[in-house]
Amino acid sequence: MANYYQKEIETASQEQIRAWQDERLVKTVNHVWNNNEYYRNKMKAHGVEPGDIQSRDDLWKLPFITKDDLREAYPYGLMSAPLSECTRIQSTSGTTGKRVVAFYTQEDIELWEDCCARAIVAVGGTKDDVCQVCYGYGLFTGGPGLNGGSHKVGCLTLPMSSGNTERQLQFMTDLGATILCCTPSYAAYLAESIEEKGLRDKIKLKAGIFGAEAWTEEMRHDLEKRLGIKAYDIYGLTELSGPGVSFECEEQTGMHINEDHFIAETIDPETGKVLPEGTRGEIVFTSITKKAFPLLRYRTKDIAVLRRDKCSCGRTFVKMSKPMGRSDDMLIIRGVNVFPSQIEEVLLAKGLTSNYQILVDRAGTTDSLEVKVEMTPELFSDTINSIGIREAEIAEALKSMLGIAAKVSIVEPKSIIRSEGKAVRVIDTRKLY
Amino acid sequence: MSVKQLSVFAENKNGSLFEITKILRDADIDISAFSIADTQSYGVLRLIVCDPKKAAAALSAENKIVNVTEVVGVQIPDTKGGLNELLDVIASENISVDYLYAFVSSIAGKAYVVLRVENNELTEKLLKRYGFTLLTDEDIAG
Repeated sequence: MANYYQKEIETASQEQIRAWQDERLVKTVNHVWNNNEYYRNKMKAHGVEPGDIQSRDDLWKLPFITKDDLREAYPYGLMSAPLSECTRIQSTSGTTGKRVVAFYTQEDIELWEDCCARAIVAVGGTKDDVCQVCYGYGLFTGGPGLNGGSHKVGCLTLPMSSGNTERQLQFMTDLGATILCCTPSYAAYLAESIEEKGLRDKIKLKAGIFGAEAWTEEMRHDLEKRLGIKAYDIYGLTELSGPGVSFECEEQTGMHINEDHFIAETIDPETGKVLPEGTRGEIVFTSITKKAFPLLRYRTKDIAVLRRDKCSCGRTFVKMSKPMGRSDDMLIIRGVNVFPSQIEEVLLAKGLTSNYQILVDRAGTTDSLEVKVEMTPELFSDTINSIGIREAEIAEALKSMLGIAAKVSIVEPKSIIRSEGKAVRVIDTRKLY
Repeated sequence: MSVKQLSVFAENKNGSLFEITKILRDADIDISAFSIADTQSYGVLRLIVCDPKKAAAALSAENKIVNVTEVVGVQIPDTKGGLNELLDVIASENISVDYLYAFVSSIAGKAYVVLRVENNELTEKLLKRYGFTLLTDEDIAG
């Protein structure tokens, strides 16, 4: 049943993809060299000139760009097109420091929306669908990206933005939304509200496009079961345009990277050395079609694997695995790397809900890790002893997954705050410096 | 023969018991007995009420986690040594008890004991043999 938004591109031969990447990379390198002083200085300091880059084989010669560069160059330092040609900015939430702003020319927006349209068509979206977008609209890229993509596909688009769950459910049922776009944590909250209000028979959803946070396979199964849909992952970063850098197809075994717009590399996060495809490492992207804000070798801090296996959907673009979470999300507790997604995996496997909170604190010199979960009917018993045994099982499973002990605290149902956008799951109150 | 007991999860925080009793009051539920088993962070409230089904529904509707367990209810004389008499039988018959609690009955001179044991049927049979009167839901509802 495979459908494509841009068939010739999405199913292009490896040679064709390679040819696009070689040509567009050279063009982009020249573009930033000629139009952007920050890049020119950075390349000069690294001892590389546009002439050194003849194809993607030369990509390694370029210096990396990191979030620190974006902050240093804030606000206009990395704008590579004249202001007169730029029509849009989007921005990150700024939770991990200074905001990052990204610029777009009208053409950049078109190409970004094409990427989102591909994602929607890949989950079965057509012009007969009603697509409910409850990612935030505004500076956040989620809403505008999927909104634009949905328009391109020709879906009837519900520009809901985030929040106001009552209204979301009313539109979802009254207008018969068939595709839902939001964060996975908000999808879980919607599922919970649908169950509470007994609306399951009134919803017509068939697919969900969930992104902007790391989520696990367990969460996918949970959402699919509770909403009666197929749940698909979508990936992107504001720095690279927004959602749609990569997206899942019906096979649900990784996200196809839009390789006509981005070159993906895997590197060793410690040494920066390029790793062969198929090896787990940090994913680095180079945008090769953007005018206003192209980034060369942008370090995402996302840990994933790239695979170029033949996909049953017919798309030829390389696939990236679900990232375990941004290394920004990674906690170092008692010297051990802990990803919140690992904790989620254990909790869902043990029949708990996806509403949980991770509390990290430090007493003296020792870090403490506490995982707050909500009581469920399955976990509950009239004897403290049986609850204790189940509690200990969860703690044991967490310990074997993480390698360090975690305290499990059981709280009342619905007492952990629900998120309407990106969930705040980690509360780290350690004073590390 | 046995009696239905409600168990409710309550986090160890200010007002959590009050929340539960308020839901029960609003649902017009009469509480005959209750006990709490607690840990550092949470407790399990056990209740014997006049209408367990209605009470459970009211609590669930307010997002409380509730379950209904069958427990053994037995009448004892409300006199010195009354409880001891029952425990004597329990000990000598090797019945393992998870927990128990007692409350005064509306019948003068009688008290009730709720026993949580592994095998209700067997325990009830034994107690009957020793001449104890067992409780039913009707005794509580009445």
